[in-house]
Order: sequence, then structure tokens, then C-alpha cells
Amino acid sequence: MIAHSISLALLLGAVPGFSSNQSSLNPAGPMASHIEHTFTLIFAITGIVYVLVIVAMMVSVWRNRVVDAGFPAPQPTSAESDRKATHAVAALMGLTVALLFVMLVASFLTSRAIGEMNGRAPFEVDVYGHQWWWEVQYPSPEADKTVVTANEIHVPVGTPVRIHGTSRDVIHSFWAPNIHGKRDLMPGYDTDMVVQVDQPGRWRGQCAEFCGPQHAHMAFLIVAEPMEQYHAWLDAQAGAPPAPITAQALQGKAVFLSHACVMCHTVRGTTAGSRVGPDLTHVASRDTIAAGTLPNNSASMAAWVSNAQSIKPGVRMPPNPMSSEELGNLVAYLETLR
Amino acid sequence: MSAEVSKAETAMTTEDLEHHARLEEVWREPAGFWGWFKHVHHTSIGKRYVVTAFAFFLAAGLLAGVMRLQLAFPEAHVLGPDKYNQFFTMHGSTMMFLFAVPMMFEALSVYLVPLMVGARNIAFPRLNAYSYYLYVMGGIMFYVAFFCNTGADRGWFAYVPLSGPDYGPGKRPDFWAQLITFTEVSALAVAIEVIVTVFKLRAPGMSLNRIPIMVWGAVVTAFMVIFAMPSIMLSSTMLLLDRTCGTQFYNPSVGGDVLLYQHLFWWFGHPEVYIIFLPGAAIVSTIIATFSRRHVFGYLVLVLSTVSIGFIAFGLWVHHMFATGIPQIAESFFTAASMMIAIPSGAQVFCWLATLFTGKIVLRTPMWWVLGFMFTFVMGGMTGIFVASVPVDLQLHDTYFVVAHFHYVLIGGAVFPLFGALTYWFPKVTGRMLNEKLGQLSFWLFFIGFNVTFFPMHIAGIRGMPRRVYTYPANMGWTLLNQIESLGYVLLFISVSLFLWNVFTALRRGPVAGWNPWGAGGLEWGTSSPPPIYNFLHLPTVNGREALWDAAPDQPVVTGLHEDSREFLTTRVLDAEPDAKDEFPGPTIWPFLAALATTALFIGSIFTPWGVTIGSVPLAITLIGWFWPERQPAARRRAREIWSKA
Repeated sequence: MIAHSISLALLLGAVPGFSSNQSSLNPAGPMASHIEHTFTLIFAITGIVYVLVIVAMMVSVWRNRVVDAGFPAPQPTSAESDRKATHAVAALMGLTVALLFVMLVASFLTSRAIGEMNGRAPFEVDVYGHQWWWEVQYPSPEADKTVVTANEIHVPVGTPVRIHGTSRDVIHSFWAPNIHGKRDLMPGYDTDMVVQVDQPGRWRGQCAEFCGPQHAHMAFLIVAEPMEQYHAWLDAQAGAPPAPITAQALQGKAVFLSHACVMCHTVRGTTAGSRVGPDLTHVASRDTIAAGTLPNNSASMAAWVSNAQSIKPGVRMPPNPMSSEELGNLVAYLETLR
Repeated sequence: MSAEVSKAETAMTTEDLEHHARLEEVWREPAGFWGWFKHVHHTSIGKRYVVTAFAFFLAAGLLAGVMRLQLAFPEAHVLGPDKYNQFFTMHGSTMMFLFAVPMMFEALSVYLVPLMVGARNIAFPRLNAYSYYLYVMGGIMFYVAFFCNTGADRGWFAYVPLSGPDYGPGKRPDFWAQLITFTEVSALAVAIEVIVTVFKLRAPGMSLNRIPIMVWGAVVTAFMVIFAMPSIMLSSTMLLLDRTCGTQFYNPSVGGDVLLYQHLFWWFGHPEVYIIFLPGAAIVSTIIATFSRRHVFGYLVLVLSTVSIGFIAFGLWVHHMFATGIPQIAESFFTAASMMIAIPSGAQVFCWLATLFTGKIVLRTPMWWVLGFMFTFVMGGMTGIFVASVPVDLQLHDTYFVVAHFHYVLIGGAVFPLFGALTYWFPKVTGRMLNEKLGQLSFWLFFIGFNVTFFPMHIAGIRGMPRRVYTYPANMGWTLLNQIESLGYVLLFISVSLFLWNVFTALRRGPVAGWNPWGAGGLEWGTSSPPPIYNFLHLPTVNGREALWDAAPDQPVVTGLHEDSREFLTTRVLDAEPDAKDEFPGPTIWPFLAALATTALFIGSIFTPWGVTIGSVPLAITLIGWFWPERQPAARRRAREIWSKA
């Protein structure tokens, strides 16, 4: 436990403004916390061994150093003269094997503990990796109740949730360090992992497998909330967004439907139904846009719509030249999509 | 002792002088501009390998500097994502394929192994020249492509489908894949030469249990190259076929498999790490023995560790793929194998500690580099245990923790010993001594700079910073760490610049080194510095593991070889008893021409599959020229065969 607190102090440190979100040493669920214990054990063992090796080296060099400038003649050596050293090396090898065995068994036990939690989970989420965003679906037996959203995964607190994932293009890796280790999402392969979040909150995650120019801007949030809140959110997401009321928003809807937006995006309840980009039906309900790149407010939405390339060069979203009036209307409309 | 040596050095009898003149006449390399391309002696080619590989090390280091500048500030705009991805890919690919393997394996083995086993040249010297030209041409191609904004940008392992035809348009991944072909062909050629040199050209008396550890390192590495490289040739060639010929090896939508690529790549990629590290460990054993003034402790253990690392290294590749979702039983196997390799590595470290503990330690620059190696490499080994454990690896994989880990093992395990080797053998290669004070200063700057640059990366990784990101948000708690890392780079830059200055001044006015400035025991110190073009005036015989230390007072030399041709003695594999005589080929332009033709074929095949068909014609012509028999050597060879049968 002392080693534990030392490692925490060393690794998390007193960094101003650092919330230890997206840190593997600040677990918010049982999987990450199992891993953290193994990490601490290995840290303690290897740390002590390392210090001993370095001290032994420094002591030997200090004790045996030749002070004058010359090279003394090579010493004769024999099995006899090296006997003590031979015994010491043999003993140290034995110790090495024993310590490795401890760490090996600890690692197996952790894998098994995590594996046992991989059983049935009452909730299921599908995650699809795209260059460079995350498509999130909540399947439902009633097809029209299937929830499609992006870059934000809501889960109920304290309940196992099965995350079923694959990729729509290249290999991505799904990783929210506070919750679990990473899992690659590969085209042609389906992967399953069960996660559980015990602390309510918004836990950041990020793509961990290099996936092209905007690999750096491919984050997501896992929003853990109490069960009632989760169900309320799910119900709201399953429905259509409220119809726009203000004149500006109505004009914005016309802008949306008459511009390139509809080529890639879906807003349920309208004629826009393309699946190339994120589903925008409830875009205003999300915290961020562009896969965690920008906070979701009208200024960043306007900047993103007019020239996404200046913010996330290489992204599929093309620049959309339009008058500032049109842009204002469009953003007003998007903000009604709650 | 040094007085004794210098007497032996200067006392050349008239007989020796005649002997020298005859050997000089037979072994002379052609002069002039075109003559330069005809050289076949291993010291000429070895020096070129060292200089070229070091130039690529500097180039990749400069790329890293720009990356550190970009990462010093969150959401910076020094490099855009497109440039950054080219920079980090060029950095990694250059360091692995154009610096680490060519330097640690090819350059050092080509220069040192023949001297260390007491031979006049490396086996297959023309193949050796060919391998060098092919390597340097591959490197030039890679950088010309980079300067034309076609630099590889898919990471040094270029995973499919990101590097495949659908997501990697243009020719960037093709140049990367073809670079692999260039460097692998040249590494395979050197592997063959090293194995034959060590098995057949050793000085009489150098039985298996007396081979210097440096040579053991080279020969085990050579075997690893032979078994590992075909796998990456396969994966990168299949990638090229997917890209240029429309095959579908890696396309999941028609039954191809993206994981296949990873298995093939890492089946090479993990042994690769040990291909880089084993020569480093062998350097450490050599330098520690010389500067502890005793035979290295545990020769047998060190050799067996080297061999067993060579085997176990092929059983670990899946630990690069734990996050892809491997069945639990396989995970357990590869975790155990990954931890198992700590046993021979640990044995080596303990043997070095025992040598230090029982020796008399002379602290000169090469020894400082070795002590720096212990400090950094052992830490890299410790962090290796974290990533060998599947659950912990799932958190650390593909983060800056891994970046820190592999820089600790690769810079710690290869670059520290390399600088040790460069300072240790510099007097032998050039005949001049480096400045000791400057040498130690550049060591300390490098040591501190290295740890300042790379230690904080462990913490950044644990705090969730993925590798290969061109930028990061400001509020993640990574900014300060990245700024410390970037400052460390400045120290590394100054250190390497100082080292270059030291080399530059030593070449011009360094003190003359003499045969054996360190009082070392290896055979390479038993000839002048730099060695003559025929290496040894009298071919030596060997009486112990440290040939010069263990030599008898009247240690015999090899006589009876003809001196009107490049004749040499072959010895038997186990006990190095004299076996037969043969003849080295002389200088020729054909390996250079063959390398040019091969280059044309490889580059042509990037643009059209017909490149292979058409390119094979000039290649065949150059190979015919290369292998065209010569009348006189053939006649001598026939004569010798009759002699050996009798």
C-alpha cells in the first residue's frame, strides 16, 4: 500500500487542473481497478529490484575503481576465484525466477477475474469506429426505437454493460482508461467487452490505434448516470427531436435540407437520412462535437460547419461556404435538436 | 606492458618488410573515383556502413526534434497532421531499418568480426559490397520520396487496412514497403557472410568455447536475421501486391484478413528488437571485460543467454497484439514467454555486475557508456514486465508509456553500447584517440538528456496520452510533461553535436593511438591501428578467450599460405583446426552495378508490376558479369583441390 501511494503520488502528482480523467491509475470501475492493483504490484517489485541492481553497480564501480591513470595488467581468473560470485549469481537468478513467477500468477489471476465478469450483461451498446469519430447504437427489439448517436456513450452506474464493437474502415482502438483496458476495433472482426462504471461522471476515452491524419482528435465520453436518468436519456434519444419553433430555426432547417449536409447526415423525422457522418437527430444534447474536439456551443458549431478543415485537417466534412445569415440560421436549427 | 607492446609494434624485421610489401601488393584496393566503387575489403565497406548508418541516425534524430517542438505546446501548428505523420513514420522507419539494424548488426559485424576471428577479409566480400550499395540506395530512395512529400506516413509497422489500397492512396506506403525489401536483402546477405566467416574463417585455436562474446552476438544475430526477415519480406510484399496488383490478402470484405498482417509483421518485429539488442549486449560484455581488467565473468552463461534469447525472441510476437482480442489461453502463453525472456536477460545483467564486483575498474568514456547502458536498459527491462502482463498491457499498449519503454530498451540497449563501441574502437579504426574530457562530457549530457526526454513519457502514458498523436488538448495534464521532454531533446542535440566535434578534431589532430591503447585482449588489437589492408601481417593463432591476454610467450602464427594471391586458411567449425585453403575474390565493379540494377527493379516495381519483369534483364546481365569465371584463380583452385584430396 505504501508503494501504491508512492506510485500514485509520482504518477498523478500535483498538477494544476489535472482531474486524472483518462488515467489508468484512477479507476472508476472494477475492471480498471483490478488492472490497477496488478500494476501496483509489478511497480513495487520491479522498482525495488531496479534500485538494488543500480546500487550494486554503483557500489562495485566505486569500490573497485582504479584511481591512477594507467591500465593495470589483466587479472588472472579461475573457477576458484570466481566461486563466491558464481553462488551469488545463481542465487539472484533463483530470486529472479521466483519474482517473475509471482508477477505471472498475479497477471493470470487478474485476467481471470476480468474474464469472469465477461458473462451476461443486461445492457448492450454497439460501437463502430470511423475515421475519426465513434458511431454509437443502442439496439432495441423495436427497430424504430434503436438509438443512434455519436462520440458519447451513456451507461447506467454500477451495472455491467456489454460493448460490442467493430470498425467501419481502418483499425481503431476503444480505450477509456478509467474504466477498462483498450480493445481494438478491426474491420472483419467483431469484438465484445463488458465494462462497468461504478462512479457516476463523464469519463473521457480516446482512440489508441493510429488510424490516419486525425487520430489525435478521436475522443469520446462515457457518461455514467443513475438508472432512471439513463432510461430517461434513452427514451428521449429514441424519439424524434422537437420541431423547430422560431422563424430562425425554421429557416435554418431549410438551409440544412437544401445544402450538402443531407449528403452525409441523418436527422430523423426529416428527409436527411445518410449515414456517412454522425447522426444529428439529437446533436444538441451532446457535450462535444467533432469527436471531443470542440465544446458544443454555437460559436464552435458555426466554425465547424463553415470550415471543419481548418479545425481538423483531413476530416471528411467539407468546407460549407454560406452567408453568415444562413450559417446563423443553420446553427440555430441544430441547437433545437435536443 | 605498453612498453612491451610498442617494441613489438615497431620491431619489423627485413623479412617482415618484404612480407608486408607482397601482401600490400596483392590486397591493395583500386584508387581513384571508380576504384572507390570496386572496394571489397571488409574494413572499407564496414567504415562506409558505420558512417552511412550514423548519418541516418542523425537524420532521424533531427526529425524527432521537429516532433518535440510540435508536441511542446497543446494544439500547436508547427507541423500539420499530414507532415507530423510523415515525420514520425520516417523517424521510426529510419531508426529501425536504416540505423539500428544496419549499425548494430551489419556495420559492426562487417568491420569487427573478421578482425576478431583473425581473418584477412569477410567471407563473400563481393556480396558484402553489394549489400552495402543496396542498403544505401534504399535509404536514398526513402529520403528522396520524403523530400518529394511522398514520405511514408502510416507508422513504422504500417498496419493494414490503413496502409492498404483503400485508405493509403498515393505511393507513400509503397516506398515504405520497398524500403523494407532493400534493407532486408542487404541484412540477409550480411547474415550469410557473418555465419560463414565465424564458422569457417576463425584463427586456428579459436574453438567454439574461445569465440569472443562480441562474435557470438554477431553470429546469433545473423541466425535471427535469417529466420525473422523472410516474414516481413512476405508481409510487405503481400502489401505491395495488394496495392499494385489488386490481390486481396488483407481486404476483409472479400475474405482477406487484417490480423494476418500483424502476425507476419510481429513475427519479424519482435525478434527485430533482439537483433538490435544482442549486439549491444555483446559490446557491453566486451567493454566491461577490458575496463574491469579481467575476463568477463560467466562466459558460458553469457553465451547461452545470447543463444536462448535468440530462440525465445521468436515466441513473443503476440504481446504486440494483446489488444486485438486473443483467446485467454494464448494470452497466458505469450505472457509467460514474454516474462521468460527476462531470465536470460537477467542472467546477463548479473554476470556483468559480478564482473564489475570482482574487477579493477578503469573509468574511461567507453566504460561510462556501459554504465549508462546498465542504468537505462535495466529500467527498460523492468517496464517490459508491465507490458508483458496482459491486463496491464491493455492499459499501457499504444500509449506514451510504450514509447518510453522502447526508447529505454532501444536507446539504452543499443545506442548507449553503440556510443561505447564507437569510442572504444575509434582508435583501432582511425589510429587516433578521441578526447577523453569531451567524450565524458557528451556522455553525461546524453545520459541526463535521455532521461529528461524519455522518463516523463512513462507518466504521460499512464495519464492516458496515446502515442502517434500530432497534438493534444490543453486540459489533459500532459502539457508540462511534454515540455520537459522537449527540453531534454536540446541536451541530446548538444551531446551528439559535441560527439561529432570530438570525432572531427580527433581525426585531424588526435594523439596517435598505437596498436592497443586500452590494453584489451581481443585479436583486433593485435594489429596496427588502423589495420593494414590485409589485416594481419602474420595470421594469428589463439590460446584463450581473450587472445592477447592469454597468448603464450611464443604464440605461433600461421605460415605456408601463398602470397601471390588472396589465399586464406579455412578451419573446422567446432575446434578451429586447419581444414583447407581457399582464395578471396579481388576488387570489382560488378557488385555496384548489380546493386544499381536491383535498385532499378525495386523502384520500378513500385509503379508497375512490370518493373520486376523488365528489371530482371539488366540484373541478370550484371550477375553474369559478377560470376564470370577468371582463368588464373580457377586454375589455382583446381590445383588446391588436388592438394587437399591427397
